[in-house]
Amino acid sequence: MPTVSESSNGRLIARMENVTLSFGERVVLKDCSLDIVEGAITCIIGLSGAGKSTILRLLDGLLLPNDGHVYVRGEDICHMTEEQRNVVRQKISLSFQFSALLDSLTVGENVALPLREHTRLSEAEIRRAVMDSLDSVGLTQAYDNLPAELSGGMLKRAGFARAIVTRPELVLYDEPTTGLDPIVTNLITDTILRLREKLRGTAVVISHDLPSIFAMADYVAMLFEGAIIAYDTADRIRNSHNPIVAQFLEGSEFGPIPI
Amino acid sequence: MRLLDRFGRATTDFFEYAGGVTLLSGESLGFMARLRIRAGETVSQCAILGVQSIVIVILTALFTGMVISLESAQQAVAYGFSGFVGGAVAYGTVRELGPMLTAVVVAGRVASAIAAELGSMVVTEQIEALRSMGLQPARFLVVPRLTALLLMLPLLTIFADVVSIVGGMWVAQAYAHIPYATFLSSVRQTIDFPDVVKGLLKSFVFATIIVMVGAYQGLSTRGGAAGVGQAVTGAVVLAIILIFASNFVLSFLLFG
Repeated sequence: MPTVSESSNGRLIARMENVTLSFGERVVLKDCSLDIVEGAITCIIGLSGAGKSTILRLLDGLLLPNDGHVYVRGEDICHMTEEQRNVVRQKISLSFQFSALLDSLTVGENVALPLREHTRLSEAEIRRAVMDSLDSVGLTQAYDNLPAELSGGMLKRAGFARAIVTRPELVLYDEPTTGLDPIVTNLITDTILRLREKLRGTAVVISHDLPSIFAMADYVAMLFEGAIIAYDTADRIRNSHNPIVAQFLEGSEFGPIPI
Repeated sequence: MRLLDRFGRATTDFFEYAGGVTLLSGESLGFMARLRIRAGETVSQCAILGVQSIVIVILTALFTGMVISLESAQQAVAYGFSGFVGGAVAYGTVRELGPMLTAVVVAGRVASAIAAELGSMVVTEQIEALRSMGLQPARFLVVPRLTALLLMLPLLTIFADVVSIVGGMWVAQAYAHIPYATFLSSVRQTIDFPDVVKGLLKSFVFATIIVMVGAYQGLSTRGGAAGVGQAVTGAVVLAIILIFASNFVLSFLLFG
């Protein structure tokens, strides 16, 4: 089971250790381990339905494993109360695949929500922080819009703005470029890179878009049949001789991956 | 064997459901006890759940009071005790029909709306987004609705009681020529303040049932749009059944 410890000496911000997770009869992750290096962008690749989004939810404590451990900043979040996990979640942000903005609130109110609920900032300070976040994703003009009034790409970026407004140490992006045209995909990729620079934080990205992955990833992990079968720097994964990784990157229907 | 299996599964489902509603209720009431209530959202829910239910409550109460009066006035005139019609209408309305019919009508509107809204939020990952931001859906979504309906349902019930009695009074006068003064005097002789209070006590229980069933159905939605539909139907059916059942228990305890 390759983990980053074998390929890098980077300091870890999060770690999954021998995690097994089932939904009823269906085993999604089996003895799965993964290290998240601080300050790096780690991309997780794998087939649709392989359990990549499940990994993000485990890292955020939204799902708990049947077996194994999930550590954030060295603390096992599986054995915490929900209140303790809520404290840990203030260091982590999850940007959802379909943005998951609250549709009864405007974009500005959505982005302001974590600040209103978790800080004692004044309304003026909150507005400044929200405008700063929206500016980071090029969306200041959408402050008063409802989510239903935004395009797909704008929704994703509004979701990013909400995710970063609390200056989290770890941002989890669930398929940020899925379903977007190439220009918006590039824009989103650039935005993730810029946000990493701005926050000086760590990011985990789930994506199927290979050019986008290799443009931003420091590390790439491949999830296959419930386990991380390859984990290395982006360059090494790109040139991997692992037949499963190679078939996936080539997009070939011939090889060890059953279609 | 299959029958036993089915019985076992139904029993497990029942206790799982009852446990889920109880936990959600406990969590929500806990937040309310610690006054962790979002005031702005509660006011907005008072308008959505309460004020917007006024018309349907008025119409239901009006026609119910009118029909009770119509039926009792016919008999009263025939047997010569028309002075008791007001009391009959008020007695049935204040102790039973006012709180229960108001709750049933509001359940049809509100339990379905809550289940649909929260169910849609589940399938669009908004609930998960709240949890990922460290916000508890019970405090953020359920408590404002529960607080709002606990305030509004008793008010709607008072409204329904008054409208029902006024409607009954009008029919008694128009149909059986019972003077307003006779009708009102009968009302005053039959109903006292504790009856009104006990009727209102019921509405607090009904409000809790409506919100908790609607919220739990919504929050346990699975499977996209079809799941939302099932959650809505289940919320209305279950809330109405529980209102009828708890009304019997409450009447037994309060008036028995």
